[in-house]
Amino acid sequence: MSKALLDLVRAQFADSVLETHAQHGDETAVLNPQAWHKVATFLKTDPRAAMDMLVDLTAVDYPDSDPRFEIVAHFNSLTLGHRLRLKAKVGNSAGNEAQIASLADLWGSANWMEREVFDMFGVVFSGHPDLRRILMYPEFVGYPLRKDYPADRIQPLVPFRDVPNISKVAPFNQHEGMSFGRQVFDGQHGAAHGQGDDADLFPPETN
Amino acid sequence: MGELKTQHEKTQHDALVGPAGGDGFVTTNLKDMLAWAQKYSLFMYPFVTACCGMEFMGVTSPRYDLSRFGAEAPRFSPRQSDLLWVVGTITQRQAPILKRIYEQMAEPKWVVAFGTCASCGGFYDNYACVAGLDKIIPCDIYIPGCPPRPEAVLDGLMLLMDKIQSRDPRPATVKPRNDPAVDPALGLSSLGSSDLVRLRRKDAKKSDA
Repeated sequence: MSKALLDLVRAQFADSVLETHAQHGDETAVLNPQAWHKVATFLKTDPRAAMDMLVDLTAVDYPDSDPRFEIVAHFNSLTLGHRLRLKAKVGNSAGNEAQIASLADLWGSANWMEREVFDMFGVVFSGHPDLRRILMYPEFVGYPLRKDYPADRIQPLVPFRDVPNISKVAPFNQHEGMSFGRQVFDGQHGAAHGQGDDADLFPPETN
Repeated sequence: MGELKTQHEKTQHDALVGPAGGDGFVTTNLKDMLAWAQKYSLFMYPFVTACCGMEFMGVTSPRYDLSRFGAEAPRFSPRQSDLLWVVGTITQRQAPILKRIYEQMAEPKWVVAFGTCASCGGFYDNYACVAGLDKIIPCDIYIPGCPPRPEAVLDGLMLLMDKIQSRDPRPATVKPRNDPAVDPALGLSSLGSSDLVRLRRKDAKKSDA
């Protein structure tokens, strides 16, 4: 449907479009991250593109590849009725130097979506007016949607109650609640200490 | 007067009409009297954070009618309420707010965990959520369900009232009326769940011994 648009972008930015593909009628252009803002400005301002809506902006973490993060933006034109997806890869395998230009000056919706990507993945959007965490709290250490963030690590804002076996407070039994605990991470001591010591609640089965 | 089933009913009956059933005087003790008054005048603070709130609205609206139990008056100031309904997922970010609200409530106070998320976190086993409000504040009644049926909530409220009357501080869970894990009539073996089947075998062994 927007094949013509994709051809247009490819013709206009031949040296910045690294790759294009289409699936189920949705065209995608993978860009050089340096050209991110330039191509977005074109999509917004050119009457043949007229992308007046930034539908979504998010990121994907591929921990084994370099660059590691793929920034994905979905554009829609309400006037012309076509869509386009842009992608750009940033950041080294350690997760550092993940930086890309902000689109908040072009679409207002980019403001919060870029803050979310920053919050969850640690990608820095240069030129963003107010780049700080949006979902997590400022005390949070690390970026939870990175694949190397431990799945069982929590960072409580208030200390847990001083009760033995707090991970399984009464009256739960073996088939209620969760059978596993979580690791508490306080940010200072680095190492996590176990909260999931359920040994006395789950004695080894004797048949 | 029909048969009085429980000790509490007897106590209550004694408090109202006296053990002889006659008129003229009441015998009770102050603690029972206070507990009786407290359990029928619960002022609730709804701490509603998620989808369970819809079911909470159902419980409080006329069809299920929470006010039958004297617990209908919401007070949106913790200082004027004595029953804290925690309805929905508690995120780590919400936890300090919940804790402060609990601390602002005057004694005596009770806490009900409404739904699976508030009780134990449910499937929100992730970086953002608290695995049950009892990690932060003490809890009296756990009502499981995602969300719980209004009937389960009423069960929970009656359980709490019973605990207030008997001054039993231990927490309790609302059990399903028809639990496939304990009711053989529900055809547990046909479910084919290995866990439940194992439980059943254990029960069978116990009864053999």
